[in-house]
Amino acid sequence: MKIDLTDTTASKINKALVQGRRAIGSPAVGMVLTLVIVTDEENAYDALRAASEASREHPSRTLVVIKRVSRSPRDRTSSRLDAEVRVGADAGTGETVILRLYGEVLNHAQSVVLPLLLPDAPVVAWWPVNAPLDPAKDPLGALAQRRVTDTYAAEQPIHELTARAEAYSPGDTDLSWTRITPWRSMLAAALDQVACEVTGAQVEGEEFNPSVELLAMWLAERLGVPVKRTLSPGPGLTGVRMETNCGPIVLDRADGSLATLSIQGQPNRAVALKRRETPELIAEELRRLDPDDTYAAALRFGVDRLGEPVVPEPSVDARDEESPGSGSGPSRGSAAEGGASGEDDASGKGGAPGGGDASAKGDASGKGDASGKDGGNTSGTAKKAAAKAPAKKAAPK
Amino acid sequence: MTAVHGANPLRDAADRRLPRIAGPSGLVIFGVTGDLSRKKLMPAVYDLANRGLLPPGFALIGFARREWQDEDFAQEVHDAVKQHARTPFREEVWQQLIQGMRFVQGNFDDDDAFEQLKDTIQELDEAQGTGGNFAFYLSVPPKFFPQVVQQLKKHELADAPEGAWRRAVIEKPFGHDLKSAKELNAIVHEVFAPDQVFRIDHYLGKETVQNILALRFANQMFEPIWNRSYVDHVQITMAEDIGIGGRAGYYDGIGAARDVIQNHLLQLMALTAMEEPASFDADALVAEKAKVLGAVRLPKDLSKDTVRGQYSAGWQGGEKAVGYLQEEGIDPKSKTDTYAAIKLGVDNRRWAGVPFYLRTGKRLGRRVTEIAVVFQRAPHSPFDHTATEELGQNAIVIRVQPDEGITVRFGSKVPGTSMEIRDVSMDFAYGESFTESSPEAYERLILDVLLGDANLFPRTEEVELSWNILDPIEQHWDENGTPAQYQAGTWGPVEADEMLARDGRSWRRP
Repeated sequence: MKIDLTDTTASKINKALVQGRRAIGSPAVGMVLTLVIVTDEENAYDALRAASEASREHPSRTLVVIKRVSRSPRDRTSSRLDAEVRVGADAGTGETVILRLYGEVLNHAQSVVLPLLLPDAPVVAWWPVNAPLDPAKDPLGALAQRRVTDTYAAEQPIHELTARAEAYSPGDTDLSWTRITPWRSMLAAALDQVACEVTGAQVEGEEFNPSVELLAMWLAERLGVPVKRTLSPGPGLTGVRMETNCGPIVLDRADGSLATLSIQGQPNRAVALKRRETPELIAEELRRLDPDDTYAAALRFGVDRLGEPVVPEPSVDARDEESPGSGSGPSRGSAAEGGASGEDDASGKGGAPGGGDASAKGDASGKGDASGKDGGNTSGTAKKAAAKAPAKKAAPK
Repeated sequence: MTAVHGANPLRDAADRRLPRIAGPSGLVIFGVTGDLSRKKLMPAVYDLANRGLLPPGFALIGFARREWQDEDFAQEVHDAVKQHARTPFREEVWQQLIQGMRFVQGNFDDDDAFEQLKDTIQELDEAQGTGGNFAFYLSVPPKFFPQVVQQLKKHELADAPEGAWRRAVIEKPFGHDLKSAKELNAIVHEVFAPDQVFRIDHYLGKETVQNILALRFANQMFEPIWNRSYVDHVQITMAEDIGIGGRAGYYDGIGAARDVIQNHLLQLMALTAMEEPASFDADALVAEKAKVLGAVRLPKDLSKDTVRGQYSAGWQGGEKAVGYLQEEGIDPKSKTDTYAAIKLGVDNRRWAGVPFYLRTGKRLGRRVTEIAVVFQRAPHSPFDHTATEELGQNAIVIRVQPDEGITVRFGSKVPGTSMEIRDVSMDFAYGESFTESSPEAYERLILDVLLGDANLFPRTEEVELSWNILDPIEQHWDENGTPAQYQAGTWGPVEADEMLARDGRSWRRP
């Protein structure tokens, strides 16, 4: 059921909640947390839908704080709170209160939210857009144990990542980090299967997607090896390549759903790696409410230590073949660049061998990316990769 | 898993998001055309894949008599998954799974078929990278166990290659008495070492059952009263509303006690009554469970403190139900029990004098499984008799299924000017809110088999101890009297009510 309250207060909302619960005859409330969603009117609908889907796994009281824009000086000085209370079937498995804030009360949203928090239960704050730069210091963020931001939705995601790293306090987390959990678990599982030492890695994905940076930083932080970023048209992340002392491990996902895992000496395998929808992300986020130290470590590694992302040469489908030259920082890229950075590099890697590879690849797979991956199936490509490995290792030295 | 695991720099104990993914492996299902396989196993495999818990390249081999090709098998799995899986069907997950699906056609005595199975496994090791790790799921009637197990041995399928594992998964019944259980164990253990054998008691895979341990040992407020000083008695119920359905051949001669009490109810009892394990690993758990099962004491007079029954014709939930003896395929003179209630004691300091009442039956009021820990009345009540007339005993009820959760019953003042105290319940609806995403029992158990985690599987000694408890009762029933009759759709025979009434107690209506 739905109760609309205009120009109201938190205590009236609390009353409406009790009244609503009574009216539908639902007994004790088994809600395990309060989810505070701070958003604007445009994003409220999607966010609320995601939250109510997630509430099937995590019964919660959802408070949606919508900050209304005041368009005149008069509006800004007056202040009003409207609320929509939903209980029962209208609100997933918990209760939902949509709070619309006008005027001055905008700056005191915490005074509305505080009385509506469930007693004793943890509080999670989520900003689908426009997250504050320091969530823990935000008045609403300060009420929460767990503060969920989404840098993916930011104007300058990479820049914002750096800001998040500086402002990090335990309990912060980001949906672009949540998005890469399946990747991380598959990469960890892949490393479970081989007893090899990783010497370098490369993450490939679309531009303005902070998941690429987070995954790269996580790999760099955990493995202690140089990790490169390469741009691709997406969708999302498209591939990760780890160079190891017993051949490369490549996880490639061109279409955003089905990936291929290739490990040296093992058959290629298909892996379902679908891009997940927001409800799933929120559900995962709510599963654990303790500080995510792994995220902190990855975030603090710092985007600037990754080096600049590389744009692959459009003419040559060389990213699989060449860019994982990794390790060797400035020397990677075109042969000309390699030459500039040092004789060793140029002779070991750039020039002829690089060109040779590129053309060989071009012959083998005229159709581009997808067929290139399939081509990985054939032992010929595997051998080629194996043959290349020593050359690559030589490069950084 | 392997030693490599510990060295994996991407693994970190603090990284709680990364799920436990099984290593490279495959599952071979014998009797893949059966009901269990279609309704539970195949959907569970899909759900695991959908949750991203199966390794890339996971292999699923079906073995059955039917003349199927790999594609027919895949189609069958596809249908089963669409119909029974808990998670939504997703094409890319299906694409991942289908690459590792194979079917081997043959009888269990067919040497060629097992050779073909062996070839298939080798082929999968190469094509899918399963690394020689295979679990054999024996979803077949127990009479085929010896044959299948021997075939596996004969064709060297039970011997894992260097660095790999082979495991056997078997379903209940684990024998029909102590002797047959021992024989069965001997047969299986001749081929598979004890730690390679996983006995599935799907009850132990249920979240609510695992939650018993969390409730008891992760909290402070329950354990102090979890003993004879406060607990009056414990009732463990598993009721089914259905009859024997098409299982006449299996059920007749086995009966409710062997079918349910021996495994499910005694396991639930063990979890309810056991002491705190030193740790949450398989050995520590089994040690505590075995200790408490070993301490179980049978009632002195078995004819008084055990009851068995058979359902007679009646109405169950608005439908007319035939009596057990009229069911198709049942001997009209059958003495098989479709209802069994027994009273057990536990001889240890914690539980001395506290009876555990276990009951199970078919065609009862409704389908429900629960553990009710009923507490003693307050030693003194300052309220007068009329005020507390409606006050029952406090109870903690763990609802195992359906509607998983925990109910606490206690007295509360009825609003009004006079002092009147009545029972109210406080409810934790574990099921209602969490089931949607919580894994099905078989999912959890299959994953545990692939991970080699034996926590939730009863061991040989537990099975034998359980038979030790049940055998004298079955023997007594064999030699004395006939089952009491109860109308279908009721809560069992009056004899069962009388059994508790003699102790001054009554069954909870679950």
